Amino acid sequence: MKLKREKLKKEYLGRTAVTLAGLFIIVLTLAIGAFLFYKGTATFTSDHHTVAEFLFSSDWEPAQQGSGGKVGAAIFIVGSIIISAFALLIATPFSIAAALFMAEISPSAGRRILQPAVEIFVGIPSVVYGWVGLTVLVPFLAKIFNLAYGYSVLAGAIVLAVMISPTITSIAADAIRSVPNEYREASYGLGSTRWQMIYRVVIPAAMPGILTGVVLGLARAFGEALAVAMVIGKMQAFPKNLLSPTTNITAEITASMGNTAEGSEWNNALWAMALLLLIISFLFIVIIRLIGKKGADKT
Amino acid sequence: MQRTIVRVQKIEHEEEERGIKSMKKILSVILAASLMAASLCACGGNKSASSSAPGSLSGTIQISGSSALQPLAQAAADKFKETNPDVSVTVNAGGSGTGLQNVSDKTVDIGDSDVYAEEKLSPDKAKSLVDHIVCVVGVAVVANSQTGVSNVTKQQLADIFTGKITNWKKVGGKDQKIVIINRPKSSGTRALFQKYALGGKEENTGKSLMEDNSGTLRQNVAQTSGSIAYIAFSYLNDSVKPLSVDNVQPTYENIYSGKYNIWGYEHMYTNGQPSALCKAFLDYMQSKNFAKTITEKGYGLYSEMKVKRSAPGK
Repeated sequence: MKLKREKLKKEYLGRTAVTLAGLFIIVLTLAIGAFLFYKGTATFTSDHHTVAEFLFSSDWEPAQQGSGGKVGAAIFIVGSIIISAFALLIATPFSIAAALFMAEISPSAGRRILQPAVEIFVGIPSVVYGWVGLTVLVPFLAKIFNLAYGYSVLAGAIVLAVMISPTITSIAADAIRSVPNEYREASYGLGSTRWQMIYRVVIPAAMPGILTGVVLGLARAFGEALAVAMVIGKMQAFPKNLLSPTTNITAEITASMGNTAEGSEWNNALWAMALLLLIISFLFIVIIRLIGKKGADKT
Repeated sequence: MQRTIVRVQKIEHEEEERGIKSMKKILSVILAASLMAASLCACGGNKSASSSAPGSLSGTIQISGSSALQPLAQAAADKFKETNPDVSVTVNAGGSGTGLQNVSDKTVDIGDSDVYAEEKLSPDKAKSLVDHIVCVVGVAVVANSQTGVSNVTKQQLADIFTGKITNWKKVGGKDQKIVIINRPKSSGTRALFQKYALGGKEENTGKSLMEDNSGTLRQNVAQTSGSIAYIAFSYLNDSVKPLSVDNVQPTYENIYSGKYNIWGYEHMYTNGQPSALCKAFLDYMQSKNFAKTITEKGYGLYSEMKVKRSAPGK
């Protein structure tokens, strides 16, 4: 009799508490999404701008009061894309190499030295990266390229690359470690060298995990506000080359949000940009899940 | 028989222990959840200012808004608490737009702003706000210390910022490209600068860098050769060179006399007439006792101004 009552308590009480907690998280996420959607579409519903103007026009002159301004966010969108893409280009080779070193070449040194180092890097706040970039990287770029100033796409890409490589490294390392040993044994059995084994067997087998890490790094790069804002110069123009300054979505939202009043056209336009960021992040997550599914299907 | 009884007792005992442990876990989960729910309810909380007996003020004042005024507001809050220990004043930044919006929504008691409410809010919202001018802030043109220039004329200033003059040698400095570091277009300081320093001319946005945070801006000017920007007097220090305009130095004496006209009022808005507690705080900020702190922090005194301005449309 006593056993049955205890079982009832443990079973249902525990399950209810856990279900409530889970539901709360889901409701919270949905609420944030709905709120952003409601505020972000105000630009299109109450200020009567078209989505085409928002995405493709580069004329950004929203009105602080009333309406009738221009909300072309193309410069910011292009800036975000270019800086994140270059950051990814710089970070990925280094990260995958580091992950290979940690998991394959030298697992003991990897576990003792590199893994803690990577974990420390992940914990550093982004404003520290931004400040170091501002005081060290920007003057350095100005000196070696002989420019008036070092604020540039390159500075932003380098700072972001340093920020996202720990993420890519740790996820790629996990993926490489989880490749079954039988694959490696089989490869050696067929007479391959270690490098052949790595790049013909291990990397293709770990590819879904590595790609997941890469897309997560890209998502982080896209949403990064402070570090990138401090070194790209925030010039409201398309970048002419890698060494010219530009601006991006997060920098513009950070700089202008506090200066505008809610309900004004400018504020609504900033909300629309925030909504765009959310949609792009969701897109990345969808891509990650597709990659994961494809990987699972292959094995 | 004996062994089975002992085993059943052992199982019961183990299950009781496990039961207690999982009860503890469940209780902690429920406690955490209820804490979160309670904190959500508490968010709407105590924002009313109240005063109990005359002569002893108590209550809370919530202030938000301009980051330019925040250091001064915080100093006033600390000093006010010395003479009124039962009053708690919280000062947040967030920008002039946020401050005006918050006080209009009544989420805070006082909204700080660098600009008149009429410039950021719709007319009917601005009508319900009452303006209290607490000080004056001067805006200085600063340049990198290596440019070799210490004075510009009004015309040259306008030409630099609209992009007509692009090299420092045209205004008597070194042969260096002029790098403009601007404010965001939504900034009140920029609106002030445009109106009073550039005579309303539109600044060249597509060719200038931008930085909103005054501290970071000063750092940028100090380390970028050929740079020019504008910051509040309270942020001036030795790392950047303030320029005089038409041979008028950027000092508060020149602002008071009206010779230097790049300045603005710092407003503290309340929604309707202020409550007794807010009125006491605002009176303190505008009083002679606080005047020394105002000048120490790099702001100017409203009482010393010989020139006056009024809100747009008034």
